[in-house]
Amino acid sequence: METIIQAEDLHFSYPAVEEGTTPVVLDGVSLEIEEGSFVAVLGHNGCGKSTLAKHMNAILLPSGGTVYVDGIDTRDEDRLLDIRRTVGMVFQNPDNQIVANVVEEDVAFAPENLGVPPDEIRQRVDDALKAVNMYAYREHAPHLLSGGQKQRVAIAGVIAMQPRCVVLDEPTAMLDPIGRKDVLRTIRTLNRERGVTVVLITHHMDEAAQADRLVVMAKGKVIADGAPKAVFSRVEELRKVGLTVPQTTALLWELRREGWDVPLDALSDEECAQALYQLLQ
Amino acid sequence: MDPIIETKNLTHTYSVGTPFEHTALDGVDFAAYPGEYLGIIGHTGSGKSTLIQHLNALLKPTSGTVLFQGTDIWSDPKLTKKTRFQVGLVFQYPEYQLFEETVYKDISFGPRNMGLDEKEIDRRVRAAAYFVGLRDDHLEKSPFELSGGQKRRVAIAGVIAMEPKVLILDEPTAGLDPEGVESILGNIREYHQAHNATIILVSHSMEEVARSVDRLVAVNDGRIPFQGAPREVFQHGDELERMGLGVPQLTRVFHRLRAMGVDIDPSVYTLDQAKSAILSKLKGEVG
Repeated sequence: METIIQAEDLHFSYPAVEEGTTPVVLDGVSLEIEEGSFVAVLGHNGCGKSTLAKHMNAILLPSGGTVYVDGIDTRDEDRLLDIRRTVGMVFQNPDNQIVANVVEEDVAFAPENLGVPPDEIRQRVDDALKAVNMYAYREHAPHLLSGGQKQRVAIAGVIAMQPRCVVLDEPTAMLDPIGRKDVLRTIRTLNRERGVTVVLITHHMDEAAQADRLVVMAKGKVIADGAPKAVFSRVEELRKVGLTVPQTTALLWELRREGWDVPLDALSDEECAQALYQLLQ
Repeated sequence: MDPIIETKNLTHTYSVGTPFEHTALDGVDFAAYPGEYLGIIGHTGSGKSTLIQHLNALLKPTSGTVLFQGTDIWSDPKLTKKTRFQVGLVFQYPEYQLFEETVYKDISFGPRNMGLDEKEIDRRVRAAAYFVGLRDDHLEKSPFELSGGQKRRVAIAGVIAMEPKVLILDEPTAGLDPEGVESILGNIREYHQAHNATIILVSHSMEEVARSVDRLVAVNDGRIPFQGAPREVFQHGDELERMGLGVPQLTRVFHRLRAMGVDIDPSVYTLDQAKSAILSKLKGEVG
């Protein structure tokens, strides 16, 4: 598999607010994101996960170490446009990302800026709106849409640039349960059916559980990296850094502490029910 | 016990006489009792925000009444104003409503409007700040220097400082990480206990309401389809799914277990309940 994003011993500090305090946000992060994968980055507020995301398309540049996007060093200013075309970003608040008064015009904004010919823009916009299941709303006013719908329009706006990778920074944090489900389904479809690499920054463990790979961050470092099932079974380590585990894992862990032999990696409802069933037989 | 706040046959219609006319609440009878910790669940557009805005007189009923301690809050302008102080409402994302130069001034805005003297205002600001875990050195800072989570605490302190008898919070933990969620829920619980206040928690998270509240009220399509102890409400699993809400994960797991033929009570909704249900089942079968 080809690596699309690579961070090598990445360090980052924001400029000092008060004298003598340089808050270190990223403290030696090394990470490779494979093309076509679906990676979730989980961590609590202030762990550095959003800062890491902003390094993935050169919104922030490293204080130390290097980030490569498709082999390009993100500090290479001449290649900035190539970097931004390769990796698109979606942010938390859908209201801050919508610029036009009509849905399809909003989605057309980025390709217009990239100088894409009009015929192709039309095609890309239709295609992007279909990909997020918002084609029926193409002539609607964005401000009358629900949060989840707006966020899907924002995702369509990124897809219209045809990036190979999409980085989403807590895209569901401000959404209700239905909006969250729709956005997650959209993200998964993008990854599976279109082969777009997805990096999902989140603190919802149920969302993280749906990724192929889960990276956990705490205090600017990567503290766990692996398949969600394997990572979530490290209950104590996760709790130590202020993260919770899904209720299924928590229940199995409690039972194990009481001395019962149950697996910790039964993450879904069905797997957990199956594990309990076996135990009770 | 008589309700502290209640609505009778409350109907609210937005934009009457325009093409956008929309009935958000349709003949709702709602009651919250003194000292109760109540949860309101409902999907976006269900009418739950319209309902809570009636409880502190931000919205006036199209028809029906809102009673605070048994009296119609719109019967006398003095009472309407009093209700706004006695029923504190913390909106969703309240951190966007901070406006003062310092945290202290922001928190003191409510008590000052109540016409309290300086000494009492000071006591209340400090007590409210303490409740939400803000330190003294935060008080002289600009609220805009604080982190998102801290700003939210300031906003909640601003309402708590009015020492309302009923405290309503609309999605107070939205967007927070697990640690932030725990600490805000802890603050609310402490306020509830210290003041024997009525708490009304509006939430999308079934896991969150499940372990916090004594009673749940479900709002859907401008009506209250069911209410009761969490255990009872979560028995309406299919209807809750249809309302876009669902039930806690462990409730789903236990329903599956039962479907697999295990003789177990599926009405669990917290981790502790699930654990003791499984353990007692194991002990019963071993012993």
